[in-house]
Amino acid sequence: MSTFKQHSVLPGFNLALGFTLLYLSLIVLIPLSAAFIHTAKLSWPEFWNTVTAPRVIASYRLTFGASLAAATVNAFFGLLVAWVLVRYPFPGKRLVDALIDLPFALPTSVAGITLTAIYTGNGWIGQYLEPMGIRIAFTPAGVFVALTFIGLPFVVRTVQPVLEEIEQELEEAAAMLGATRWQTFRHIIFPAVLPALATGFALAFARAIGEYGSVIFIAGNIPMISEITPLLIITKLEQYDYAGATAIATVMLVISFTLLLFINLLQWQARRHNTKV
Amino acid sequence: MKFNAWLSVGSLAFVLASSGQAFADRIILNVSYDPTRELYHEYNRAFIHHWQEKTGEKISIRQSHGGSGKQARAVIDGVPADVATLSLAYDIDAISQQSGLIAAEWQKRLPGNSAPYTSTIVLLVRKGNPKEISDWDDLVKPGVAVMTPNPKTSGGARWNYLAAWGFALKKYDGDETKALEFLTRLYRNVPILDSGARGSAINFIQRGIGDVLVSWENEAFLALKEYGPDKFEIIIPSISILAEPPVTVIDKNADRHGTRDIAQAYLEYLYSREGQEIAAHNFYRPIDPDIAKKYAHQFPEIHLFTVNKIFGSWQEVQNTHFSDGGLFDTIYLQQESEF
Repeated sequence: MSTFKQHSVLPGFNLALGFTLLYLSLIVLIPLSAAFIHTAKLSWPEFWNTVTAPRVIASYRLTFGASLAAATVNAFFGLLVAWVLVRYPFPGKRLVDALIDLPFALPTSVAGITLTAIYTGNGWIGQYLEPMGIRIAFTPAGVFVALTFIGLPFVVRTVQPVLEEIEQELEEAAAMLGATRWQTFRHIIFPAVLPALATGFALAFARAIGEYGSVIFIAGNIPMISEITPLLIITKLEQYDYAGATAIATVMLVISFTLLLFINLLQWQARRHNTKV
Repeated sequence: MKFNAWLSVGSLAFVLASSGQAFADRIILNVSYDPTRELYHEYNRAFIHHWQEKTGEKISIRQSHGGSGKQARAVIDGVPADVATLSLAYDIDAISQQSGLIAAEWQKRLPGNSAPYTSTIVLLVRKGNPKEISDWDDLVKPGVAVMTPNPKTSGGARWNYLAAWGFALKKYDGDETKALEFLTRLYRNVPILDSGARGSAINFIQRGIGDVLVSWENEAFLALKEYGPDKFEIIIPSISILAEPPVTVIDKNADRHGTRDIAQAYLEYLYSREGQEIAAHNFYRPIDPDIAKKYAHQFPEIHLFTVNKIFGSWQEVQNTHFSDGGLFDTIYLQQESEF
């Protein structure tokens, strides 16, 4: 309590905190609590039956599995893209840099329709994959492709500024002390970008879990196979089952929040570890 | 004294409000389902003209389209629609029960169970009918890809499902287990479950996915009209369902907006000669016998059954087939365990 009384050098702490809390409540907390209140209309067994029905379980598996896979792939390739954009000059770099943000700006349904058109059996890419027995559109693989598409900028845009800040002198020093290129990357660069990479991963992952628009066109939406959890929520709403829909939403909310909290904790620890060294 | 003063202020405000309304055009909002876009586009123009001729008042009509269930939910959640023209009675019942905006006995207020036009479900195949599809039987054959949307989210898809169910019941002499088996085999041939009828139609027509589209009759005709009979053929099954898309005034909204007279006339005019002709132009089956005769060449004769005859009521249909844990769910759960 006494820490609150101490006046900081910066003015306006109380006012700023007040606004922060009000803003967070209006924008985030009140809508979210509405989900919990709607769910509360269900009895405990009803709630449990709704959120553990086989179709729902299958959809969690797809949503969280595909999101995790997509975020992992994005973490790897996003780091690569950011590295190339920061370290190497090449013609058209500005253009490539601007392209990265496209998945941010594009309406997700447009992304979904475009991806579907490309990957169906008679699409640009699909027509070559189909003879090889690879089907992307209307399968879980399509979900993964769409989630990878929308997640990429999150990793690139969080890692990029950190890479720009790294002092090249450190790498030079490492080289002079006899480190191999791999050792320089492993011990100098990677630890420095790891927290940013984790944030990018978490953002891409969180975004993928909630994604609806782009996935719905490419998924096929077959129960037990290619239905994502947000679709089940919509399905419940269309059947006027508000409580059931919010029950599933609540489960997603809790799982997502736990995962994000966990990732944030990891990140916090990594940062503390870094500063100690 | 004080009370009187307040009263006069109140009545003055009331007079101002009501006269203010008289200055602006009155507007009604029609909330409808997906495939009626073309129908109401034409009909709204005709009705505005008709209303001006009859009363001298210029009105405007706003029109909204979407999946039937989604539209009903929008009304429940507060979209200020004056009339609802949806795909199934169940969706209007839902508005009535969940929000109380519509009187419970709404379906008795207009002729023909409040359905001014009817339609049915037919099969659309690619030109030349390469998979030789002639009836519902052919949809369960291995290697036939069937396009139909998800009955949980699409009104049209429920009609599709029920039409196939009715066929199966007839084929197996009312044996429901065998009918369920038939539907399971049919849905095993469905590669994509779109959330709405338009989605399935686009996948079939524009993306070239699937061998047969289970479709509203009017949508099938529209596809022929737009893409040419050299691309698609309509196959009339031996038996199908009589779809009665109902219409109603949303009582409390219309009363609040002071638009009940327009809303009422708007729906009644659907039953007039002109309204029926417009429905027929847009490939809906008119219920007026004279107009129906005039357009008989357009609509093939199909043996049709009604929901009430085979299933009882929409509420029962919903409970047995489409609710969570209903027969439609078992189709997919079974399929999973057999893989």
